[in-house]
Amino acid sequence: MVNGINLALQFLDSFAFIVLAAAGLAIIFGIMGVINLAHGEFILIGAYTATLAVTQLGLPLVVAMLVGGLVTGLFGILTERVIISGAWPNYISQRTLGRDVIEPLYDRLADSMVATFGLSLILTQGARIRFGNSIDQIATPFGAISYGEFSYSSYRIVLAGVSIGLLLVTYYLFTRTDFGMRARATIQDKETAQAMGVNTDRMYMLTFGFGSALAGLTGALFAPVISMQPTLGDQFLVEAFVAVVVGGPSVVLGTALSGGVLGAILATFSNLYGTFIGRIALLVAALIALRFLPNGITGFIEQLRKRRQESD
Amino acid sequence: MNRSSVSRRQFLGASGAALVTGLAGCSAGEGGTSTDTASSTDTLKIGVLEDQSGNFALVGDPKAKASMLAIEEINANGGIDGKQIETFQRDPQSDNQRYQELTRTAINEENVDALWAGYSSATREAIRPIIDRNEQLYFYTTQYEGGVCDEFTFAVGPTARQQLGIVLPYLVEEFGPDIYTIAADYNFGQLSADWVKVLANENDANVLGEEFIPLSESSFGSTINRIQEADPDFVMSMLVGANHTSFYEQKASAGLDVPIGTSTAMAQGYEHRRLDAPAMANIYAGVNYMEEVPTDSNTGDGGFVDRYFEMYPDAPYLNEEAETNYFSTYMYKKAVEQAGTTEQPEVIEALESGIELGTEEAPEAPEGETIKLDGATHHVDHHMWIMRADEEHNIEAVENRQIPETFLSETAGCNLPENPEQTQYTPVDYYEEAE
Repeated sequence: MVNGINLALQFLDSFAFIVLAAAGLAIIFGIMGVINLAHGEFILIGAYTATLAVTQLGLPLVVAMLVGGLVTGLFGILTERVIISGAWPNYISQRTLGRDVIEPLYDRLADSMVATFGLSLILTQGARIRFGNSIDQIATPFGAISYGEFSYSSYRIVLAGVSIGLLLVTYYLFTRTDFGMRARATIQDKETAQAMGVNTDRMYMLTFGFGSALAGLTGALFAPVISMQPTLGDQFLVEAFVAVVVGGPSVVLGTALSGGVLGAILATFSNLYGTFIGRIALLVAALIALRFLPNGITGFIEQLRKRRQESD
Repeated sequence: MNRSSVSRRQFLGASGAALVTGLAGCSAGEGGTSTDTASSTDTLKIGVLEDQSGNFALVGDPKAKASMLAIEEINANGGIDGKQIETFQRDPQSDNQRYQELTRTAINEENVDALWAGYSSATREAIRPIIDRNEQLYFYTTQYEGGVCDEFTFAVGPTARQQLGIVLPYLVEEFGPDIYTIAADYNFGQLSADWVKVLANENDANVLGEEFIPLSESSFGSTINRIQEADPDFVMSMLVGANHTSFYEQKASAGLDVPIGTSTAMAQGYEHRRLDAPAMANIYAGVNYMEEVPTDSNTGDGGFVDRYFEMYPDAPYLNEEAETNYFSTYMYKKAVEQAGTTEQPEVIEALESGIELGTEEAPEAPEGETIKLDGATHHVDHHMWIMRADEEHNIEAVENRQIPETFLSETAGCNLPENPEQTQYTPVDYYEEAE
């Protein structure tokens, strides 16, 4: 028997998971053209930071989560400066060797994959060496709601709310603020943006940092419900990439739409036929989407819009 | 008794072997147990391949550590029949392909006299063909689904019939006959779920439903709803690995408070220590060993727990499989001494004569009194425990008794000394209800 409330709650749960898993990746990939295979480990940093902030420092959970996002954001900026843009190594090498040693990884998809894959291995193993094979986990807050014979974790519903909030904040940031306008200008046409007085270097750094902070916040938000171990990032990576690819070029709208579509598919199939079939259905849906919508959902919408404009 | 590395070195210094230790040391063991003396006839070599990274690192790392503890203890007490033990220790990283490569290396290049390798059943099945082809003496030490009747494999961990066989009847009696099974979706979980059906039938209980969950899954919302819909008296959980641990936290936060029987939780991944209470409340583990098992040789002064944490002060937990690695190393020692040689066919024959621990000349096994290797099936008649976690995650022993392995010996008729074979028997072949 299918229970409507179960289905609705699981849809919210899947939606939140997919959106949160994909949010940071969508910005770094969709806006900056960098495939960040260390995305899962950015989530790991957020999750570990938040958990340790609670268990070791005794911070309140909400504060610990913000710290998790902040620390990951700073780590993202460090990564961008050292590996992705190579600004700091180049600064040093300019003064010692008289030339650049690192070619920036922007819009070099395959190269950025290899570099960030290496980073992900280092981070996973680093976490294992520093913290061991697991760290103590914090309990899930807020208890449960009951309805009939069923009950559901309230925290999972809060996560859904937070995911929508994050989408709105991101949308606002990139479309309604000065920072967002400069960031988008930088990504669309670097030279022109520079000519207009935009510090494009700084824009790259901040955008990467913001994407990283979102990934860290995702880890922090999920810290109370997933097992705290060095490979926890793997759990997010498949959903994140599927969501970004299915979503297409428009970051916020694409993530929201693919979270909605894929979340609905995942929730329906795992509710009806079990977790395993749910997972299969998700991947089949991604296959079909890629076959018929090679530019993702938002790419398809864009295409429709163009066609209508032409026919007008 | 002080068996720290300092006392070991003092021992070696006294016996004069320390002079050559540095020169001939070639072991990769982190315990630094290489104690090679000049002539190779004075040493024997043990291979230890256990996961120290990857998905099974949490449960595999204590196995490697406990092997090194046993080896260090044996070496400090004069070795096996006067031979010091060398080790070939590597981390296969929870990767079956790497396991196959390292198993070949251990056998063909390192010429190990005995091999301990692998956490998961999938790993065991990945390397067993290599082991059989090379006629390599092999100890598989994880608790597992049971049924491996193999002339070269000694599956010395408890089987599903032993683990579930102690906990399931108890839960039926305490809570009622309706069971819901959740299990990891690979050979271990599938076969364990079949055993739940067999045992349910034997105990007049019924399985309302079952779900198999991929090892990569960490979201259990729909599983929890399905359990609530079925409304069982208790759940049998054979979830495996780090991702599946999320289930316990999630079921607690969703308010699912049905009792859970398990052969996998707590004793291996010490969830009762890692997760905030009360995630593991009312969970009953059917196990041969947990760090909390209240025997004198385990938690007593200078017992197994003391010795382990003296050697590894930073280790988080001493788990079920670690104990199996530990006592099986002593079983091997006893067999070599009985055979008077490290030649593998002779050692296997000695093991098949029915090695016992807890007798006068061999140490007690930490899980309890005497335990005995059954020569016919290469399995162990374990001392089994039901360990329960309460709301504060305190562990109490609810029940304990010796449970012999019966599926291979009585049902499948496995008798390796008389009829050498390399088969894994499954319950489906013998029980209608398992289908």
